[in-house]
Amino acid sequence: MFVRPFDSQQKAVPVVIDGETVMAAEGEMLASVLLRTVPFYTRTTPVSESRRAPYCLMGVCFDCLAVVDGVASVQTCLVPVRAGMRVERQHGRREVPL
Amino acid sequence: MSPGPDVIILGAGPAGMAAATRLRDCGVAVTLIDEQPALGGQIWRGIETSHNGPLENALGKDYRAGAGPAAVLRASGAELRLAAQVWQIEEGWRVFVKTGDAVGMVTAPILLLASGAQERPNPFPGWTLPGVVSVGGAQIMLKTSGQVPENPVWVAGSGPLPLLYMTQLLALGGRLAGYLDTAPRENFSKALPHFPAALTGWRDLYKGARWLWQLRRTGIPVISDVAEIEAKGNDRLETIAYRRRGGEWISMPAEVLLAHEGVVPGVHFTLALGCEHDWRDDQLCFAPRLDDWGETSREGLFVAGDGAGIGGAEAARLRGEITAIGIARRLGKSSESEAARLAKSPRRELARALATRPFLDALYRPRPEIFVPAAETVVCRCEEVTAKQILDAARLGGSGPNQVKAFTRAGMGPCQGRQCGYTVSHLLARQQDKSVGDVGFFHIRPPLKPVSLGDLAALHVEESAL
Amino acid sequence: MQSAEVIIVGAGMVGSAVAYGLARAGRRVLVLDGGDGDFRAARANFGLVWVQGKGADMPAYQVLTRDSSDLWPQFAGELAEVAGVPVDYERKGGLAFCLGDRDFEARGLALHRLHNQLSAAEQDCEMLDRVALEKRLPRVEFGNNVSGASYCWRDGQVNPLRLLQAMHAGIERLGGRVLAACEVSQIERGEQGFRVATANQVFGADKVVIAAGVATKGLALQVGLDVPLRPQRGQVLVTERMAPFLPLPASGLRQTAEGTVMIGATKEEVGLDAGTTMSSAAYLADKALQVVPRLAGARLVRQWSGLRVMTPDSFPVYAQSQSHPGAFALLCHSGVTLAACHAERLAEAIDRGVLPANLEPFHHQRFSRDVRQAI
Repeated sequence: MFVRPFDSQQKAVPVVIDGETVMAAEGEMLASVLLRTVPFYTRTTPVSESRRAPYCLMGVCFDCLAVVDGVASVQTCLVPVRAGMRVERQHGRREVPL
Repeated sequence: MSPGPDVIILGAGPAGMAAATRLRDCGVAVTLIDEQPALGGQIWRGIETSHNGPLENALGKDYRAGAGPAAVLRASGAELRLAAQVWQIEEGWRVFVKTGDAVGMVTAPILLLASGAQERPNPFPGWTLPGVVSVGGAQIMLKTSGQVPENPVWVAGSGPLPLLYMTQLLALGGRLAGYLDTAPRENFSKALPHFPAALTGWRDLYKGARWLWQLRRTGIPVISDVAEIEAKGNDRLETIAYRRRGGEWISMPAEVLLAHEGVVPGVHFTLALGCEHDWRDDQLCFAPRLDDWGETSREGLFVAGDGAGIGGAEAARLRGEITAIGIARRLGKSSESEAARLAKSPRRELARALATRPFLDALYRPRPEIFVPAAETVVCRCEEVTAKQILDAARLGGSGPNQVKAFTRAGMGPCQGRQCGYTVSHLLARQQDKSVGDVGFFHIRPPLKPVSLGDLAALHVEESAL
Repeated sequence: MQSAEVIIVGAGMVGSAVAYGLARAGRRVLVLDGGDGDFRAARANFGLVWVQGKGADMPAYQVLTRDSSDLWPQFAGELAEVAGVPVDYERKGGLAFCLGDRDFEARGLALHRLHNQLSAAEQDCEMLDRVALEKRLPRVEFGNNVSGASYCWRDGQVNPLRLLQAMHAGIERLGGRVLAACEVSQIERGEQGFRVATANQVFGADKVVIAAGVATKGLALQVGLDVPLRPQRGQVLVTERMAPFLPLPASGLRQTAEGTVMIGATKEEVGLDAGTTMSSAAYLADKALQVVPRLAGARLVRQWSGLRVMTPDSFPVYAQSQSHPGAFALLCHSGVTLAACHAERLAEAIDRGVLPANLEPFHHQRFSRDVRQAI
């Protein structure tokens, strides 16, 4: 869906999304990474469980929510990528956290 | 406990940066808070990150102009609280802020809101599908990741931002499928009377004309007077369709659609704090009522930048300057007459920076369809409430937006009505034959940014321990 | 001049329920509602249909509450049918959590006293110790300090916003009308019934029911009823939607049909201020986490407040004016719990024009009597 055509000067680091390791630039927004990672969505809604992906990228739409390092409902457009970050797409209504 | 700052500034874009720098020059203690991890706001997103050559070039001179002010501010001695979200503000001013896992409170006698604008809610059928991204969002990805759509992309909308984005995209080697220009054709004749006054800002007009010319030169399809668009697909965008005013629907396959219908001031904080607002028919938005120094109807609470009304980056910077002068005066750092003298030159520059605005506002006035979307269009993205459900609920007793919110759940989700508030107000205005200003807006309540019960409870423990 | 048999001033929980009941009895009703930004307890409600713990020293209120709870299942079913709006009503019983042994004991004693207050009443409450509580709610991991809970089978929950919407829709479907943004400024008796005036309209009716929440006092005075009331602020928190984990509502903690978790409510004497405060948010969050610590990670979605309509003894006022027969003033703070009773019995009494003996204890004269006794 989206790509990064240039090598950036940012350091490439691994991020684990739903168990799969993808490479990302350290410090870029996690939502950007999710928009270039198949199957291109971050969550399903708690109302109808329809798929949503990052839309506004500036913290006002709340469609880029995902589980980041065990914390649910995180706005991934506000989270800079760190090496080894573990991300899970969020499905429907979240469970009461453990 | 260490004494708090004299002034808290919310938002580190052009307005907040200029105000912070100026206040530091006057010896005022400033705490500057922003939810991004670096300075720059949205217009200069990622300005403190070193970009590679092609990206730097594609972003252009206006973007690079942010680097200097950022460096100056860094050296100014302002306390910076970055990657920090403010979820509630109480009179006093007590600002509740979350940084990483830590929650806390900052207090100051003066609060300056410089938290900018957001893209105008732009509902159309299918706008919630993965693959539909706002143009502003796409540009943020460009600035922060050098990220572009993988395949030739359709852009739909109106305003300077799509033109700028497309120019930047092409400069980076990105590919466009076409531009669906949604500005109504009649806008042109309505904008024309504002043209002579806009000539004071000829540089901005020239910039816009150049973007348009560059776009035309590529030969990609530019389809004008598009009245309606639709996105379709299972689980993600597969097809887009559009209809020109008075024309037939035409559809084509698409993987990504970038959409934009202008920007509106972020008014959630000022609404939550009960400030007076006015409906601005020229920009089709609410804006806080401000005095000459940017002070709201609540004493000690100031607004600068696009949050005061859309004016662009340069106007935001100047409003930041002027407001800072006003705040320094309030704090006794300068006399009334000295403040008036200091503000003279930025006020003159502000008038120049705003000269093109009436022309641009008229030229890019959004098409009416985005305010009264088709019946089955999802209006509230969070709670998935359609235009029809909103109209049906409002029909019962001719209710206002808050009753409609209560009955439909529109505006009750985590975005706090940022994506549906205007649409709900417009739908009711149309149904009840009122002005949007008379209909009003949702009653805004905390939290304005996400916060967990654990975060809140931590503050209770802290309070009890005192 | 628009007219109706009965004008109801106020389309909140009380006014809507009575109007719905009157409309169902075949009366032509007109409900005049205030502005969108008015104080509205009806939009700030917690959504409990609640019996346990209510009515100490006021057996009439205890009976009223119980009766309303017993009327609720039929009321909810009928309303959903008439209005076509489901209200998510459930009556599976409700809990009041106890923290620490002393709290548990005190709760048990208080409920026992309440039970004894009514002669020959069936028992509707029981105390569940920690083990019994865990057995009843296997999916909840309770905080260490939770000693148990009281349980009352008469308790239940409803979506209060849907309830309000359903009553409005019901009124309209039964031929009545609800008019928004019609703030009543004047009520007077003319030659033929009452004249009810807003800033730019006048309406006529045989009877007038004032159920205008905190605005009731000023309007009731115009028909010779001096009802004492004060606002009491209640702040509430609600979380994002979560997977179902709490099958029973509890005092101060319930999970809605949508999945959100509501946490309530404060009791603050701050006058006409419907603001929210961080200290209350922190207090409420802490209180909820003491019961269910795992909610710590749940996101707050909204904090709001409403103004309860409180009388000096906190019990309802139902009164007909002696100087202006046909004018009634109604006020109470548990409009959801009492909605069934209001729609059935209170509406019926107003229709007959006489408040029955069992509602006599709710006349506001009781306050002046108290004063005399005190002297």
